[in-house]
Amino acid sequence: MIKITNLHKNFGDNQVLKGINEHIRQGEVVSVIGPSGSGKSTFLRCINLLEQPSQGDIEIEGQSITAPGACVDKLRQKVGMVFQNFNLFPHKTVIQNITLAPISLKLMTPAQAEEKALALLAQVGLSDKANAYPASLSGGQKQRVAIARALAMEPDLMLFDEPTSALDPEMVGDVLDVMKDLALKGMTMVIVTHEMGFAKDVSDRVIFMDGGYVVESSPPDELFSHPKEARTQAFLSKVLR
Amino acid sequence: MIDAINTSLFSPIGEDGMIGILLILNGLKVTLIVTFFAMLLGAVLGIGTTFMKMSSKWYIRFPANLYVGVIRGTPVVVQLVILYFIVLSALDVDKITAAIIAFGLNSGAYISEIIRAGIQAVDKGQTEAARSLGLSQAITMKSIILPQAIKNILPALGNEFIVLLKETAVIGFIGGVDLMRAGEIIRSRTFEDSVPLFTCALIYLFLTYSFTFMLSKFEKRLKQSD
Repeated sequence: MIKITNLHKNFGDNQVLKGINEHIRQGEVVSVIGPSGSGKSTFLRCINLLEQPSQGDIEIEGQSITAPGACVDKLRQKVGMVFQNFNLFPHKTVIQNITLAPISLKLMTPAQAEEKALALLAQVGLSDKANAYPASLSGGQKQRVAIARALAMEPDLMLFDEPTSALDPEMVGDVLDVMKDLALKGMTMVIVTHEMGFAKDVSDRVIFMDGGYVVESSPPDELFSHPKEARTQAFLSKVLR
Repeated sequence: MIDAINTSLFSPIGEDGMIGILLILNGLKVTLIVTFFAMLLGAVLGIGTTFMKMSSKWYIRFPANLYVGVIRGTPVVVQLVILYFIVLSALDVDKITAAIIAFGLNSGAYISEIIRAGIQAVDKGQTEAARSLGLSQAITMKSIILPQAIKNILPALGNEFIVLLKETAVIGFIGGVDLMRAGEIIRSRTFEDSVPLFTCALIYLFLTYSFTFMLSKFEKRLKQSD
């Protein structure tokens, strides 16, 4: 489904990604872990071109998105993204946040979009918040709305950029439950996370990144219990105490 | 005191002149007309300049940056005089129109900075979220960024209006008779200093104060929707 070949990204002289090769299959749930500054978020943001790769190729469903003239907006409609800081639209109600894109892009009529939005809000457990403004929601609620907003576009792939890092501890569970539910439904997901327990439970595969490289990539049991690389061992021994 | 008021405001100024208060009211009309239309022109220029400045092409950005740089780097009175006596001298443009153009050009540069700052104050995450949903740059600007930026922009625009109103007091440099110039005419012909000058000052103060008051009411209404 996603094929990433020799992906490089520089910010000026700072090389953040130094040649990443990855293949993510349909329905696969991949967690990306690693220390801060290892390039995990940049890697994720390259997949929907929020960062323009400096070099290398990314193919989604057989189409190169890095080729000149690739239709970036069309691609992004099929790739949902959830941000650490939610990034809900503060001047729109919850339901308007969710329906805005499908209506603006004429993918659904307003009635269809609202029906869809209400179903999604039920799915994330926030049916009663449809007409609330984001400012009145807790962090966990905001993040669940953000997930619903991304799902309203009926994406084939969901990217999560540290979705629980800005949440109070007691809110984390609600968001992870929604994500778990999504994984069980067969959504292809790439998740940058610091929640090791969650990565272990939900992922089909865990990628450990450090210094702009993928150091190790294996099923969670293997990676967490028997890491092959010394750097993975060192990282895990610090975070799994 | 009564004499001074009588001489400056309620007697003909000079041999065949208007009554002082009428001269002042006519001047006030000029001040208000120039401020209002210059603000309109400035808004149009400001919006255009902002979009030019956000262009990805340097040859579109360059003239916009040059315009803002030159306007901000020179006094408005210099711009006014150059425009009227040099740039527009060949054309038969009246003083009020020239003043509207000069102050409009001046204000446009500042307004473009106000709009730019208002847009940049909107969190970058908003753009990223909108673009990640597949919305185009134009829809993102229209539906997501501008509605939020407007809350930053409107109060600053109100301030710009007040600044502009006061700055028009240099219209006299090209011979236009605005509020300030009317006061000066009375002063020079009656040799009364206090009454005409304080009358002008009070009128300016009244205008800016009532505008500030309306603006703060309006800002409170804007905040209610947060």
